[in-house]
Amino acid sequence: MATIDDYVARVEGTCGAEKDVIVIFKYEKKDEAIANILKKATIKNKIAGIIFELSFQDQSFRLYSSGKAIFRSIKNREILNKLLSELLL
Amino acid sequence: MNNLGKGDEVLVSLMEHHSNIVPWEIVSKLKGFTLKYAKVKPDGTLDYDDFEGKLCGRTKIACLSQVSNVTGVINDVKRVAKVAHDNGALMLVDGAQSVPHMPVDVQDLDMDFLAFSGHKMLGPTGIGAFYGKKEVLEKMSPFQGGGEMIREVEFNQGQEHCKVSWNELPWKFEAGTPNIAGAVGFGAAIKYLEDLGMENVLSHEKELTQYAIKRMRESSKVTIYGPIESTNKLGIIPFSVKGLSSHDVALFFDNYGVMMRSGYHCAQPLHQVFELESSARASFYVYNTEEEIDRFMEILKELDQL
Repeated sequence: MATIDDYVARVEGTCGAEKDVIVIFKYEKKDEAIANILKKATIKNKIAGIIFELSFQDQSFRLYSSGKAIFRSIKNREILNKLLSELLL
Repeated sequence: MNNLGKGDEVLVSLMEHHSNIVPWEIVSKLKGFTLKYAKVKPDGTLDYDDFEGKLCGRTKIACLSQVSNVTGVINDVKRVAKVAHDNGALMLVDGAQSVPHMPVDVQDLDMDFLAFSGHKMLGPTGIGAFYGKKEVLEKMSPFQGGGEMIREVEFNQGQEHCKVSWNELPWKFEAGTPNIAGAVGFGAAIKYLEDLGMENVLSHEKELTQYAIKRMRESSKVTIYGPIESTNKLGIIPFSVKGLSSHDVALFFDNYGVMMRSGYHCAQPLHQVFELESSARASFYVYNTEEEIDRFMEILKELDQL
């Protein structure tokens, strides 16, 4: 059974006053991760197919075609994992 | 550390990298001296009146970066060193952002100590250099014990202890087996930069900085922090793009293979001066070109669509 660890290489907290997190997808799974996310999230804006401004369950985030996503004001890792599970699996 | 105690003061500025703040905070709690912070003006330049006004007979060490790692602003360390010495204090300069980018003459600037890092100047990580005036280092005790830094360790059987004497400089401060591979790599990086000529490195960076600032000001969404004249700054440009966090900006550029730092850049107090949550930072070095700045601007303009 697939888990988010199949897709996520690592999660980094951003440096700064903002409490954002950057999710970096595994290189070999990034295209699949992006496709899965785009199927489920609502696209609010996109630029040249390389940056997507998305929302999912009242959470806004940006997804980059390089295989990275930035989630704003995530309170803790459990909430992030739940979101990623629903978006990726 | 042995020369600092209660009643003494150490002065730093609010534009310092955390590496010139955190160690002083730690040691001040251990030794009981007072750590003071000099102000930075809203334009990112040092408030010299505040810095010099906080120097007094109690100040043992004044610490200042020669170049800010956030704004690239060049501080007049010669001026500050003179006032520090007039008050009987020693002058410690953080040269991590200056030594790799410009000629630095420790004798002309009359600094007592200068520290800089290998990885900021094309060298390996995990190694740096520390300069100290010989007469000052002679008076100081070693901060680490081990091999090489001693002249003798003579066991006295009657007293059941060893009588230890220190080696000459610089070995007195170089305990144990050093980072030999790192030092060889660091030496090669220094030779490479010396062959380029530090005056040439400086003028190349100033040209790029001037050009980049001129181009960045074309965008109405971009705000640049710190001085915008290249006369007193090096090739570091902190900026923000209206409506975007610095991390969005950095990730956007990352898509195009352009790397930049986002966040506090290990200088949170300076971001508090600018009232910023974080900033994006474009920086240039010997390998960058005007064409790359043009490419940077093309990408920056695409961000206007967001």
